Amino acid sequence: MSNNLLLEASNITKSFSGVPALENGVLRLRPGSIHALCGGNGAGKSTLLNILMGVLPRDGGSIKIEGRDVHFSSPKDALGFGISMISQELEPVPELTVAENIFLGREPKKAGFIVDYRRMFDQARDVLGELNIQIEPTVKLGSLSIAEIQMVEIAKAISQNARIIIMDEPTSAIGERETELLFEAVHKLKDRGAGIIYVSHRMNELFRIADDYTIMRDGTFVGTGSMGDIDRKYLIDTILGKELQEEFSKFNVPGEREILRVEHYTRHGEFKDISLSLKEGEILGIFGLMGSGRSEFLNTLFGINAPHDGEAWIDGAKFTPRGPRDAMDAGMAYVTEDRKGNGLLVGSSIRNNISMASVKKVSKLGLVSSRKEAKVARLQVENHQIKSSSIEMEVRHMSGGNQQKVVLAKWLQTDPNILMLDEPTRGIDVGAKREMYRFMSEFSRNGKGVIMTSSEIPEILGMSDRVIVFRKGRLAGELSGSDLNQDNLARLSS
Amino acid sequence: MSQQVLAKDKGVEEPAKNSGISKRLSDFMVSYGIIIAFLFICAVLSVISPYFLSTNNLLNVLRQVSINGVLAIGMTFVILTRGIDLSVGSLMACSSIVAASFAAGSEASFILVPIMMGLVTGLTLGAVNGLLIARFAIPPFVMTLGMLSMARGLTYIYNDGMPISNLDATFRFIGQGVVLGMPVPVLLFLGVFLISWFTLRYTTFGRYVYAVGGNPQAAMVSGINVRRVTFTVYAISGLLCGLAGLMIAARTGAALPQAGVAYELDAIAAVVIGGTSLAGGRGRIVGTLFGVLIIGVLNNGLDLLGVSSFYQQVVKGGIIVLAVMLDRSRLSSS
Repeated sequence: MSNNLLLEASNITKSFSGVPALENGVLRLRPGSIHALCGGNGAGKSTLLNILMGVLPRDGGSIKIEGRDVHFSSPKDALGFGISMISQELEPVPELTVAENIFLGREPKKAGFIVDYRRMFDQARDVLGELNIQIEPTVKLGSLSIAEIQMVEIAKAISQNARIIIMDEPTSAIGERETELLFEAVHKLKDRGAGIIYVSHRMNELFRIADDYTIMRDGTFVGTGSMGDIDRKYLIDTILGKELQEEFSKFNVPGEREILRVEHYTRHGEFKDISLSLKEGEILGIFGLMGSGRSEFLNTLFGINAPHDGEAWIDGAKFTPRGPRDAMDAGMAYVTEDRKGNGLLVGSSIRNNISMASVKKVSKLGLVSSRKEAKVARLQVENHQIKSSSIEMEVRHMSGGNQQKVVLAKWLQTDPNILMLDEPTRGIDVGAKREMYRFMSEFSRNGKGVIMTSSEIPEILGMSDRVIVFRKGRLAGELSGSDLNQDNLARLSS
Repeated sequence: MSQQVLAKDKGVEEPAKNSGISKRLSDFMVSYGIIIAFLFICAVLSVISPYFLSTNNLLNVLRQVSINGVLAIGMTFVILTRGIDLSVGSLMACSSIVAASFAAGSEASFILVPIMMGLVTGLTLGAVNGLLIARFAIPPFVMTLGMLSMARGLTYIYNDGMPISNLDATFRFIGQGVVLGMPVPVLLFLGVFLISWFTLRYTTFGRYVYAVGGNPQAAMVSGINVRRVTFTVYAISGLLCGLAGLMIAARTGAALPQAGVAYELDAIAAVVIGGTSLAGGRGRIVGTLFGVLIIGVLNNGLDLLGVSSFYQQVVKGGIIVLAVMLDRSRLSSS
């Protein structure tokens, strides 16, 4: 039996400075299958994948590829055995063409040193065509979307004859339509007999695409089997290691008073004629595909860009922000979609990140009180159970979920009344998601309100009192009560 | 790529225990590594040359480094915001000649006039840098490269390329005087150091400087006025160039239009040796202080040993590269 496996990892162990990160890593990958590797942050997934990739050496255990024992000392070794990884963290060269990226370091040559562009473009076109990917190999990679870049990476993996492909959160930054294209490419890979190890925090996706699953928790293998034999609840419960009463905790009650009103907001080329209102105690969902203009709308509402047309009121007073500072003074806070890009100072401490938007509150006459600042940071760390060694810990060492909590803490320090959350649960694990949901309900009591965007339908349905649907920069409709269901959302948004 | 995967893995899998210790260790190395390096160089030099540790020589070193020190402190503010100021040498020369023109010969103005003129010249030119960089998004490298040439040209134009000598004795006190046994330039340098250290560490403005350099997008979204902070750091650098201009004219008793050529290199070197990242958002003014001292002590020590200045340049360049190498390995290991 084990001879039929593409990859078999057993009893893998790994410690960092005596602290075990992985105690019993197990993974059995069949050829021609998509294998979901599941687990919360800190479950040991990344450690296991890095060992499979040859990035980290293992302390113990065995790895077999098609029945043969292997030892990798570098990613290059792993690649030699046909293991390739596709992740957000990859940095292709944006100024080179698609074909040049695919063949980077392996360019077809003439006379030994002149790059044979014609052959390179032809070969690239072949590989892309085989996957049904409609991308011209001569365009610069930088002009492509994230999803397209990932597909180029898949093409690259195929051109390297990779048979084992690791995909780490491939859909966390792409829209629904692009996800479909990506899945199509992944299926093509599977049909070619490749094994795909697929990591994602999106449960829906796993049930759609994966054939097998392996669950890890606290550095240990918990279970494996066929996706067809389990349901969503079982998967989440097993990942968390506890019975989950309810995935979405919702206990806010919308009131009558309007705290935000927007009329006819327009920014040319981004969104047009958007009107909405937010009531106290309400969680307003904004649903729309990636590129539907929802993030651009929130950016404008927060004063980052100016609207070309339209008006807004906060608590009945006219609101015309000239920058984020004005929006903050009016009681707004904005947790952006891109944590690392515009949410965090990743190289700075938790303390500095938490106080970043509200330094003045812990200062007098321009002097920062370190004592007050530390106190505030400690309080937030405690309230939100941010896992950290101390408030001086650098944010880049933290998991996505904990980083998101730091961003949230930063904004709570500004004491907002209107909290805007753009894709608040992207790339964070199931446990942290649940804390985020609980927090949203908690926050929106006491006369405050939340605006949340999401591209995950269960989340929008589970958390929103009312939903505004964006389509191509326009308001496609508003749903509440019994109209708020999956069919209507899907119909309005596409 | 492997480094990124590795970094991500460490963060995700073992957030708490390990990074606490390594963070403290790396903090220790950042804070004290450069001091240890400095003391080590001093120890070696004092063994080789007994004269090195004499009060006279040490004061001499301090006097020599004070001008580069003042420039390097301004440079630290700029580099912390991901910027660079290549124009410091020219700004210094320009301020120096303007100040000297009010302090020369029998018609010298009251001492405050040349001082103000020098400082205002530096501040104004620095503000022009800041304005164009912050407001019109001209890359700092390009803007200050242009200013390097423009300010130098203005310096020559101002007095037809002639030096201004015969400076007033009161004015020369800025460069030659001694108070409580300490040379005035050294006191000025220390004063600038303390104020800057305090500003970066304890004021909201200091926080904003780090935030803007660490992630300008995040700073902007967090309500920080990124343009104002950017403008201000170049203005500060310019103001300190003005001060350095006063110091150099007063020390030599004359303002030379060709003074300060290539001074930006020593200032940048001190900042980099001091551990401040050219990528912004990371670094300390204390590091710059010791960066300045290391360069000064090396120059002095090699002089004492009779090493030719040609070799000194090779050594200094090597030290810069070494410092950055150590910094890189520290970053990737933490």
